[in-house]
Amino acid sequence: MNRKRMSWNKRGHAHPLATETTGAMVLENFLRILGSWALSIVRSMGRMLLFLSSAVYFIFIPPFKFGLLLRRIRFFGAKSLTIILLTGAFTGMVLAIQLYYTLRKFGSEALLGPAIALSLIRELGPVLSALMVTGRAGSALTAELGIMRISEQVDALVSMALNPMRYLVVPNIVAAVITFPLLASIFDVIGIYGGYLVGVRLLGLSQATYFSQMESFVEMKDVSIGLYKSLSFGVIVAWVSCYKGYHTDITGYGAEGVSSSTTSAVVTSSVLILIWDYFLGSVLL
Amino acid sequence: MIEIISLEKAFGRQKVLRGVNLTIGNGEVMAIIGESGGGKSVLLKHLIGILKPDSGRILVDGEDITALSPGEFDRIRNKFGVVFQEGALFDSMTVFENIVFPLKEKTRLGREEIRARGVRGLEDVGLRDMGDKYPSEISGGMKKRVALARALIAKPSVVLFDEPTTGLDPVIMNSIHGLIRQTHQKYGFTGIIISHEIPEIFTISDKVAMLHDGSIVEAGTPGEIRSSSNPVVRRFVTTGCEDYSKSIP
Repeated sequence: MNRKRMSWNKRGHAHPLATETTGAMVLENFLRILGSWALSIVRSMGRMLLFLSSAVYFIFIPPFKFGLLLRRIRFFGAKSLTIILLTGAFTGMVLAIQLYYTLRKFGSEALLGPAIALSLIRELGPVLSALMVTGRAGSALTAELGIMRISEQVDALVSMALNPMRYLVVPNIVAAVITFPLLASIFDVIGIYGGYLVGVRLLGLSQATYFSQMESFVEMKDVSIGLYKSLSFGVIVAWVSCYKGYHTDITGYGAEGVSSSTTSAVVTSSVLILIWDYFLGSVLL
Repeated sequence: MIEIISLEKAFGRQKVLRGVNLTIGNGEVMAIIGESGGGKSVLLKHLIGILKPDSGRILVDGEDITALSPGEFDRIRNKFGVVFQEGALFDSMTVFENIVFPLKEKTRLGREEIRARGVRGLEDVGLRDMGDKYPSEISGGMKKRVALARALIAKPSVVLFDEPTTGLDPVIMNSIHGLIRQTHQKYGFTGIIISHEIPEIFTISDKVAMLHDGSIVEAGTPGEIRSSSNPVVRRFVTTGCEDYSKSIP
C-alpha cells in the first residue's frame, strides 16, 4: 500500500509523506496482530467454557463410571500422597523458622502456632498442594489424553458410540473435586506438625502454647475457606489438564503437540490457581 | 446401502473433498484407493460422524446421517465397526479387555457371555493366547488383528478399514488381507477399505473406487479398474505411483 510514495531525499532522509505512511502501516499491522490475538484468546476461552459445561452436564447424566472414578481418585490422591507429605512437612518447618524470628521481634512467639495454622489452612495448604498436584498429576493427565488423541483412541471411543467426555473427562473432574480438599487437609496437618517440630522441639516453644493458641485463633470459617479454595482448584486443574490433552490437535501435531499441551496445561493451571486464589481470598476474607 | 452424494469438505482454504459421489451396496467390499493425503481418511471420518461435511449428503440405509444430531448419530455408529490406521487400541487395557470393551460398555450381556465372545473374537483373528498382553507388547500386525477383532465383536453391519496394512511387511499384509476376506465371508458385513496396496487390495474387493483431487474419478469392479482408460487411474494402478507433478514448481 502506497509503497511507491515512500521516497528518500538527496540527503538520505525519508520523505515526510513516506514516514507518515510507514507509521500508519506499522500501526495498522500492530492493531491487526492485537485484534487476532484478542480474538484467539476469546475463542479459546469460549471453547474451554463449553468444554467445562459439557463435562459438568455429563457428571449428572447416567450411566456413572464408578470404576473409572476410583482409578482416577487413586491417580490424583493416593499417588500424590508422598509429594504432599514431603512438601507439607517442609512448608510447615520453613514457616516455623521464618515466623518465629519475625514474631520474636514483637515479643509474640506465643502466636507461632496460630500463625502457622492460619497461613497453612487459609492459604498455603490449598495453593501449594494444588500446585504440587498440577505438576505431578495434571501434567501426566494432559500427556495421557494427548497421546490418546494423536493415536486415535479418542476417535475409537466416538466410533463405538461412546462419549469420550464420560470416560476421559468426567471421572477426572469428580476425582479432583474429591481429592484436592483431602490432600490440602493432609498438607495442613503435616505442615502444622512440621512447624511443631521446629517451633517446639528445635526452638524451644512450649507444646501447650503452640497448640492451645492455635485452638483459640483458628475458626471453622478459616477451615471452610481452605476447603472452598481446594475444591475450586481441583476443578481448575482437572478442567485445564483435560482440555489441553483432549485438544492436543489444536496446539500441534504428534509428540511436539503433546509436549506443548502438557507445558501449557501446567502453566495455565498454575497461573489460574494463583489468580483465582486472589479473587476467592478477597471475596471470602 | 451407503450412498455418498456430492460430499464436500474444506479445512480452511484447502478443499479436501470436492463433491464425492459413491454408492456401496450391502455386503459389498469397496476399496477406496488414491494418493496419500488425497482425502480418503477424511471421507471415512465423515461416515462415522467424526467430521461434518460442508455440503453434500451421506445416506445409510436411506437415512441422511449428515442431518443427525450428535446424540442421534450414536444410533448409526452402532451399525459401524472401525479398524483405525494404527489400531487405536486402548493402551491401558490388555488385548482381551480391548476386544470386549464395546460389549462391556454397550450391552447388558453377562460376564460369561462377554468372555465367550471375547475368546471367539481372539480365535477369529488367530490370537487365542495373546489376551493377557498389552498393546505395547505385541507387534504391528497383531495390533491390526486385535483392532479387527474389536471392530467385529459387536457384529456391525458395516466395517471401515483405514489403511489396515500400512507399515506391514508383505507376508503380514497378505495375512491381514486374508483375515479380512475370511471374516467378511463369516459375518457378511459391508466393508469399506482405504488402501493403496496395489494390486493386493483387488483380491479382496468386490468394487474399487479411485479418489483423486477430492472426487471419485472412477469406480467399478477390480477388473474394470485394472483396464481403465483414465490416465490417472492407469498410472496409479499400473505403477502404484502417485502424481507429484503438481508439487514440482
